[in-house]
Amino acid sequence: MSTAHENQLGAPERQKNVFGEFLSLDDKLYTVHRKPLKASHIRLDEHLCIECLNRICTYICPAQVYVWDEVKNEIDVRYENCLECGACRVACDGIEWANPAWGAGIVYKSS
Amino acid sequence: MAKCEVVIVGAGPAGISCGYVLAKAGVDVVILERGQYPGAKNMFGGIFFADQMNKLIPDFYTDAPVERFVAKKHYSILINNSEISLNIDSEEHKKPPYNHSYIVKRSVFDKWFAEKAVEQGATIISGTTVEDFVWNGNKITGVTATTNNDNDNVLSADVVVCAEGANSMLSEKAGLRNRLSMRARCISVKEVIELGRDVINERFNLTGREGAAYEYFADATPGMLGDGFIYTNMNSISVGVGVVISEMYGCQHPVSLNELLERFKNNPCIRPLVKGGKTLEYSAHMIPMDGHKNLPKFYTNGLMLVGDAAGFVNNSICHEGVNMAMASGIMAAETILDNRQERRYDVRALRLYERRLKNSFVLQNMKSSRDFIDILRTNKELLNDYPHLMKDVITKFFEVGDVPKSTVKRDIIRMIRSRMSFVKAAKTFAAMMKGGI
Repeated sequence: MSTAHENQLGAPERQKNVFGEFLSLDDKLYTVHRKPLKASHIRLDEHLCIECLNRICTYICPAQVYVWDEVKNEIDVRYENCLECGACRVACDGIEWANPAWGAGIVYKSS
Repeated sequence: MAKCEVVIVGAGPAGISCGYVLAKAGVDVVILERGQYPGAKNMFGGIFFADQMNKLIPDFYTDAPVERFVAKKHYSILINNSEISLNIDSEEHKKPPYNHSYIVKRSVFDKWFAEKAVEQGATIISGTTVEDFVWNGNKITGVTATTNNDNDNVLSADVVVCAEGANSMLSEKAGLRNRLSMRARCISVKEVIELGRDVINERFNLTGREGAAYEYFADATPGMLGDGFIYTNMNSISVGVGVVISEMYGCQHPVSLNELLERFKNNPCIRPLVKGGKTLEYSAHMIPMDGHKNLPKFYTNGLMLVGDAAGFVNNSICHEGVNMAMASGIMAAETILDNRQERRYDVRALRLYERRLKNSFVLQNMKSSRDFIDILRTNKELLNDYPHLMKDVITKFFEVGDVPKSTVKRDIIRMIRSRMSFVKAAKTFAAMMKGGI
């Protein structure tokens, strides 16, 4: 049996595929061409984050821009990884998201 | 302050179609695109439904950068590590115009389409992010944008067409829709994997420019409303999953989208199709799931919404989107041309746009599949229990052994009776036929 479905309801777990190749999310994000952002296009209402039980931003984002920092007790926003889908903005009222100014950000070549 | 007749926000299929028609009629039209080139920020699963394109540019596929045409469709239910599928390999769809279904790469195709609009006389300015509308009283008279020149710029126009796409922030600012709800959008991720032409032809049983569109339901996105897909480009495949955002909310053991994609890719039924190869690009995009009941207002004084921004995606099993986007763009252009002499683009004049939409397949199709998503959402057995039951029944029926078939049949009937309510199933089926598909 593959592990793919044994973990169906379990905690997320990183896996290798059958051939032992493993492409991490970071590797995948590295495939995306970008025009560098000059500043963050994401603002957070940090008061909401502390009380938030769900933290949907940490898993709804396909690029894992939002990471909960246990030490600082706040969300760490890695805005430069953003794929500009806007799902975070839909999922959370505390996120103010704007299209990156000057047309910066992702430049798809093969999608 | 610069001025033109029509400003279009966004160079996707809707925006470019609108610009194409207007430019062809001699209108001074400017398309503002935030990507570095048209298509740079555009992404979809893979199929370009091209009936509208064929009307606009006849036989476009002889010239356009099309990867393959869709020769084979494959609908599949994944249940744990098993699969039950329906293969559609129709002879009619292998002849021009190929059932108007082409697999394209948007970053390449949209660029080509934009060039066609420029040939007609449209102006496209890339690398320009539109930030807001300019209002004069209750009328929109232009847009503000940041440009490559580091200056805030205002571009005035008689009328603005908003083709901003699924992440419809400007439409919210214009008061045409509420802040997007989690039910109103699906989030999709996709990976383009280079496999080489021969490997793809062999794995998917294709020849020449034939392409395949594979769709997976049920355990492609376990327990959640969504689907998985594989589309064949010429030398690469697109593999991805999409889930309605509200389905991810409040999960006890949430799984990230990339994780969902990895699990899908590693399913024993999928793995042989996608294994090996080099990942060329990872991408993500939202899909409108507004549905007919929750569509925004399509226009206000000096503004029309087209394409994804207006929620024009048919969420039923066909999920047509691009053709509806193009049709709405064309209809917005026609509405502008009708009112061009008086240069009046207020609510009264633009009412014509909504009338056009209502009389076309765009809103009619949206209407006929108005309940599809609601039915799936409120009857979770459709995506979980029934597929499992179906798989168990079929597996049992084809089991080879010395148990008499009469006993097998009896067991199957018992199994179905215990796991499915006929009354409920009949009701769901009736609802599906009435307002689902």
